[in-house]
Amino acid sequence: MAKKLPSIDVVLVGFGWTAAMLGQEFTDAGLKVLAIERGGWRDTSTDFAVTFAQDELRYYWRRALFEEPARETLTFRNDPSQTALPMRHLGSFLPATGVGGAGVHWNGMTWRFLPSDFVAKSHNTQRYGALSADMTIQDWGVTYNELEPYYDKFEYLCGISGKAGNLKGQIQAGGNPFEGPRSREYPNPPMKMVYGPTLFAQAATETGHKPFPGPAANMSRPYTNPLGVQLGPCTYCGFCEKYGCGNYSKASALTTVIPVLLRKKNFELRTECEVLTVNKDSAGKRATGLTYVDAQGEEFEQPAEIVVLCAYATHNPRLLLLSGIGQPYDPKSGQGVVGKNYAYQITSSVDVFFDDKILNPFIGAGALGMVIDDYNGDNFDHSGLGFIGGGYIACWNTNGRPIETHPVPKGTPKWGSKWKAAVKKNYLTTATVATHGAVMSHRNNYYDLDPTYRDVHGRPLLRLTFDFTDNEHKMSNYLTDRAADIAKAMKAREIHAKPREGHYDIVPYQTTHNTGGTIMGADPKSSVVNRYLQSWDLHNLFVMGASVFPQNAGYNPTGTIGALTYWAANAIRTQYLKSPGPLVQA
Amino acid sequence: MRTAWTLLLASSAIAVLAASVVRAADTSFAKIERGRHLVDVGDCVACHTNSKGKPFAGGLPIETPFGTVFSPNITPDRETGIGAWSDNDFYRAMHNGIAADGSRLYPAFPYPYFTKLTRDDVMAIRAYLNTLPAVKHKTPRTQLDWPLNYRVTMRGWDLLFFKPGAFRPDPKKSLEWNRGAYLVQGAGHCGACHTPKNTLGADEKNKALRGGTFANWFAPEIANNMRSGTGSWSVDDIVEYLKTGRNKHSGASGPMGQVVADSTSKLPDSDLRAIATYIKDVDGGPAPAPPPPPKQDDKVMGAGRAIYGDSCSACHQADGKGVPRMFPPLVHNANAQQHDPTTLIRILLQGTQMVATDKRPTPFAMPAFDWKLKDDQIAAVATFVRNAWGNSAPPVTPKQVAGLRQQLQQQPATE
Repeated sequence: MAKKLPSIDVVLVGFGWTAAMLGQEFTDAGLKVLAIERGGWRDTSTDFAVTFAQDELRYYWRRALFEEPARETLTFRNDPSQTALPMRHLGSFLPATGVGGAGVHWNGMTWRFLPSDFVAKSHNTQRYGALSADMTIQDWGVTYNELEPYYDKFEYLCGISGKAGNLKGQIQAGGNPFEGPRSREYPNPPMKMVYGPTLFAQAATETGHKPFPGPAANMSRPYTNPLGVQLGPCTYCGFCEKYGCGNYSKASALTTVIPVLLRKKNFELRTECEVLTVNKDSAGKRATGLTYVDAQGEEFEQPAEIVVLCAYATHNPRLLLLSGIGQPYDPKSGQGVVGKNYAYQITSSVDVFFDDKILNPFIGAGALGMVIDDYNGDNFDHSGLGFIGGGYIACWNTNGRPIETHPVPKGTPKWGSKWKAAVKKNYLTTATVATHGAVMSHRNNYYDLDPTYRDVHGRPLLRLTFDFTDNEHKMSNYLTDRAADIAKAMKAREIHAKPREGHYDIVPYQTTHNTGGTIMGADPKSSVVNRYLQSWDLHNLFVMGASVFPQNAGYNPTGTIGALTYWAANAIRTQYLKSPGPLVQA
Repeated sequence: MRTAWTLLLASSAIAVLAASVVRAADTSFAKIERGRHLVDVGDCVACHTNSKGKPFAGGLPIETPFGTVFSPNITPDRETGIGAWSDNDFYRAMHNGIAADGSRLYPAFPYPYFTKLTRDDVMAIRAYLNTLPAVKHKTPRTQLDWPLNYRVTMRGWDLLFFKPGAFRPDPKKSLEWNRGAYLVQGAGHCGACHTPKNTLGADEKNKALRGGTFANWFAPEIANNMRSGTGSWSVDDIVEYLKTGRNKHSGASGPMGQVVADSTSKLPDSDLRAIATYIKDVDGGPAPAPPPPPKQDDKVMGAGRAIYGDSCSACHQADGKGVPRMFPPLVHNANAQQHDPTTLIRILLQGTQMVATDKRPTPFAMPAFDWKLKDDQIAAVATFVRNAWGNSAPPVTPKQVAGLRQQLQQQPATE
């Protein structure tokens, strides 16, 4: 029997990016806010000190910051005819456990989605005709223009380094000319550019493209954000993704919000407490709070006026399924919404081997590089191509970490003295041109609860059913070909294209950009939450994060997650608190 | 004319000190608020609260060269606190260093400073303390080494080193200066840490604010000395430091971080400005001639330079200029150039974390190097920092590092 605790105004599930931002917003509004985090406390000074933060073996290969599959994981299969098996080692994506969430170990690529991405269904249908019936994409219910002020707010919270390409409709030289209009310039100038990406940008320009510096949550200079929290200048040490930053140089909840939030008397954080269910009243109209278990195994019932799911994108849908909130998605009938429209991203790369150019890959930062956006979203005419969507092509210098980085040309043995000689020859002189493409949602890509496998608490694991479709392969091959065109123009000794082929493989790392499962939209038949991320079923339940994306875009998701969070927070503060109830009538 | 000005200034200075008397008489609320402010100035909560206890309920062990003193409970609890004390008892403790039962207090309680407070201010403090919730908490009995375990011995100490008295405004100085002097010499008791002590633990009066040692820290000189004091700091710099915990020269951590958190960050700017005005006028005395700079090819400097490049330059920058208000500049850094390098060595060994304040909430930290660098390596990098970029201070020896390392291992962690 769970011990019942005194009620609180707002309870947040998880304590990563979105929870910290909402905690700040709601405490500013005078509410008493509690965050419940299943992992432990983490802080830059104690957990990521520069004396040990750059430890590849400990943090990447031994998985020090990630979710532990022995406690909780998911099961996976490529299609509904197969039996899903549990992931006993993390692979394709790397969710986190602990304060700050996966935002602690991200790279820092902070994009805005294109205006057309938010109306993917209507825009593409209008331009290219009816889509395949199995492609279950939809419009978001919110537009780029509505989100613009909230993108801006998030970018200034983080201190993003970049160059605007479109200021209030005026195209700016040196920025991304394809982006939606911005109300003002980035808070910080672009990172200092290194040699490999510079060569890429030259070749891209020569081949008729429009390169620009990647928008980075790595600080190009010291920055104090609007909350007064300070970030240090990046040292280009090359330990961003999979690591916490020891120099306070990468925006995360720890380095932008939490120092202010934890000073507030109306905020409380409980770590090492895992939420088991969201509870609802007998009429099924309101969430009454939630039930969690602490590290000693004791269960507590925490009543709250507002419940917000801020856990990782795979956990929010699972929590709804476990709590019996909303109708689970059924791929056969197409009915139901919870778990629907899981999407991911499709990546490929082209290695570029030089003889005479020393590129120093170890001078790196998570989002240090040059990018072209000519083939993203609907920035180009898809007529006759047989696919919709796209992605960016970039040359990043994220790192030259010794265990991970051993570029060798095609035909090199996988081990032994010849392999070693090839690594030695090519380590300093190889650049990689990467593609990062969208995944459209499909009726057979979804989550449900696994019938067989359970977590440490005895609850069913989440089951993921996912494969790339023809649309993704055609699109990714197109991107890979364009990347190879630019790579050739870099005039290197040789290039080696590595397209993404065959079925989706969950083992090799690709991106931690899982989306869908609690999708947003215009009506309760086709979505779990409305345009304000409010549950259609329980009006005092909100869901944050990438699980609300109806399909994925060709960009890294964090910028859009940040914008949606502030957008929802504003609706809750200005509308919901005054008159609690559905913000959109079903 | 000059005399007239002086007289006018003097009387206004007294008026400033007395002005609050008039206001306080109006309402008890004003008096309590003034008491709260003085309790903030004195940072009473820091010593009178133990790490797990309720504020002001005492019991914090305070390490002194003579043994451990436990701070008493100063909440209004009649049995275990000071609720049963009369106002006169309280005034006698603050002014004369004598407890209600007539026993002598140890100067770990800085009555040699508090004696300068006006009776009216002491009564305001009392009024504020009376508003605190009474906490029943019996604190451990202080047991100093013989013969100091006999409190009567403090009579001799008081005779030698302590004269009860009042603050005497300097009529030649501004009102602001006098307000600052009253706060620094009185409730603020800055010299308790920052003034060197003689072998019996009393202030060396002619060396006020020139830096003092306590509990394995060296509280740096804050007199107006260019190289090792606040000579290069402006009044605004000092105000910013006390208000926000950092300025372009430095950041507060360790015990001073606690002072900023509990005390100075809560004070009105006018008082901080007064403190800064006064401190800027405290003569650092004839600056000791800097030691001859080590030769550039000096082996220790070479080793120190290499370690600095590897381990320090990411934050403090290769040129030692740091990132102001985040990673303190080491160029011309006064703390690095103290004649006593205890704090520098300690920070290298244990690391430290800047205080978080409302204005500067990010608690930037220096990591510990004790597990990573040996005594001779710490000594080399400390010597380098003390003598690079035009800095100048005596070299640090591996023996000094080894000694402090051992002391810190024995010292219970209280910070």
